Amino acid sequence: MTIKRAKANQVPYQILNAEGELVGDVPNLSPERLLELYRYMQFGRAFSNKVIALQRQGRATTFGSLAGQEATAVGLAAPLQSVDWLSTSYREIASLIVRGFPLSTMLYTFRGFTPPDWPAESRCLPYQIVIGTQMLHAVGLGMAAKIAGDPVVSVGVCGDGATSEGDFNEALNFAGVFSTPVVLVVQNNGWAISVPRKKQSAAASFAARGEGFGVPAELVDGNDILAVYDAMNRAVERARSGKGPTLIETLTYRMGAHTTADDPTRYRSSAEIEAWQHKDPITRFQKFLLARDLLNESAIARMLADIEEEINEAVKIAESMPAMAPDSFFDYMTADLTPRLQAQRADLLRHANEKR
Amino acid sequence: MAIQMTMIEAINSALELELERDARVVIFGEDIGTNGGVFRVTEHLQERFGETRVFDTPLAESGIIGTAVGMAIYGLHPIAEIQFAGFLYVSMNQLVSQAARIRYRSGGAFTCPLVVRAPYGGGVRTPEMHSDSLEGIFLQTPGFKVVIPSNPYDAKGLLASAVADPDPVLFLENIKLYRSFRQETPQEHYTIPLGQAKVVHKGNDVSIFAYGAMVNVALEAAKQAQQEADTSCEVIDLRTIWPLDEEAIVRSVEKTGRAIVIHEAPRAGGIGAEVTAIINEKCLYSLLKPVGRVTGYDMPFPVPGVEDYYIPTPGKLLTAIRDVMEP
Repeated sequence: MTIKRAKANQVPYQILNAEGELVGDVPNLSPERLLELYRYMQFGRAFSNKVIALQRQGRATTFGSLAGQEATAVGLAAPLQSVDWLSTSYREIASLIVRGFPLSTMLYTFRGFTPPDWPAESRCLPYQIVIGTQMLHAVGLGMAAKIAGDPVVSVGVCGDGATSEGDFNEALNFAGVFSTPVVLVVQNNGWAISVPRKKQSAAASFAARGEGFGVPAELVDGNDILAVYDAMNRAVERARSGKGPTLIETLTYRMGAHTTADDPTRYRSSAEIEAWQHKDPITRFQKFLLARDLLNESAIARMLADIEEEINEAVKIAESMPAMAPDSFFDYMTADLTPRLQAQRADLLRHANEKR
Repeated sequence: MAIQMTMIEAINSALELELERDARVVIFGEDIGTNGGVFRVTEHLQERFGETRVFDTPLAESGIIGTAVGMAIYGLHPIAEIQFAGFLYVSMNQLVSQAARIRYRSGGAFTCPLVVRAPYGGGVRTPEMHSDSLEGIFLQTPGFKVVIPSNPYDAKGLLASAVADPDPVLFLENIKLYRSFRQETPQEHYTIPLGQAKVVHKGNDVSIFAYGAMVNVALEAAKQAQQEADTSCEVIDLRTIWPLDEEAIVRSVEKTGRAIVIHEAPRAGGIGAEVTAIINEKCLYSLLKPVGRVTGYDMPFPVPGVEDYYIPTPGKLLTAIRDVMEP
């Protein structure tokens, strides 16, 4: 697989421009698969909006908006097989949905509970809160697959802020040294909460970091689902065929707040947001699909209604699930509870019914 | 068959047997391959088991532990070496926020059967950060078991149990004990259960709780106390530092009525503090005297020229024994 090696100041790889016009070769995907990708993008945005709405009503905990990053989130997960692993931050909710992570389970976590049935088979690690840390786990998973001789690929995803962390750089280094079957993705959405991209690095791109670690890297338009899919597909197949790791930087934009606890008007202008609205990843792909008659307005309306119904159903299930037992987190601290922890658990239960 | 082994040879033998017994075991760290480790603990392992299962990593402690977490989740049984315990600081996030929490975070779906080995301890004139004792930190970071053997036989059996453990284990090896004496040690595989202290010298007047290199210091002080004042000390090797063997602690204190904890690590909030609290909670009224602590000072481990003044000695422990024996 050929990786389009990133150079300083290079133009990001694009298949669809902001107007939805074809400027490259469409990846070999069936019309059904193209529509599926579009649906996942719409699904990701609707789901993100729903959780934010639930948070405003006191029905969900802090949540990080996905809006604007659907092309990257969907495009990075879509080329993976069920045996592959995904290690993400909290921004890639749609990637987990593509992997088949049950919606109601995810929503239950946003109620502030640990689900009783975490879907290990989805091979998605719990979304990582400590910045950049998950990239090393992705590399370790890939190293293990290689040691075991399994044709398994691992993908690690982080944001632009994470590139300043040691773990991000160590992950790239280990990936290169061990020629690991891993794809490391930087979702460069321009902002690490309130700190702009230019304050994370003086380099022209994060993709350029690959060169220093001997890891081929590609700079991709992160709002172009076809470009993200194509670049990821090549990188994943490259990894699976034993040719080693790839770094991919996707240029995108966080349209919403960092989380429900953040107020972006404090640090960025509405003009900037408007400029990026013009590059909206969903609108762009939609224009392409409409122009090819793969989609029409009534089909979109039907799809959005379906999505809304599916999400509402999942919310219903998640909200009907019993609250996590207050002592259940003792169940999975370690394989066996020491007498000391058993006593502490009993203490919790003894006081569980107190008013608080 | 049992032969005389140093602690290094005993640990090497345990690692060799684990590689033989379980194809999921992989060993990695800095200088552990061709060089066999800076202390030769992994000598000949790469030669015998190949570079896929025994390999050198880039010089990055967080990278070592972070990738080990990924490997453990995948299903391997990684044994990672951190060259000196003082460098564990560099990997703290991966140890305590990641390795120790992945089972908890995923509701039990993913586990981390990882062993992290690291040499620690003073008395051998090392540069800064090569002698520090960090074990106390891991009492405040749930999820890790901490094991510190005091002799070759225990080291081999405890390491085998650490590898078999389904959760992460920090295995700290005292540098001074590495080659200081040999002991009859079986060449075959055997295990010593984690979480069990051992009475290494029976006594009736004072319970001394020790681990690592301080066990021999305690035994020496016990001998002198017997000779000079006919004081009978019971020396207990904690062996597993976390979780502590609370029953063994209480059993001994209920018998002797006096207790002293000795460790190289700084005093504040450490193993000594926790053992004292356990005694207070479970058998305070057995005590005839307040619990004594003989420890490193609440200072960084000092430069080599004066380190001997920092490390607890039989003399310091004898003073503490005399204190608790005063009528």
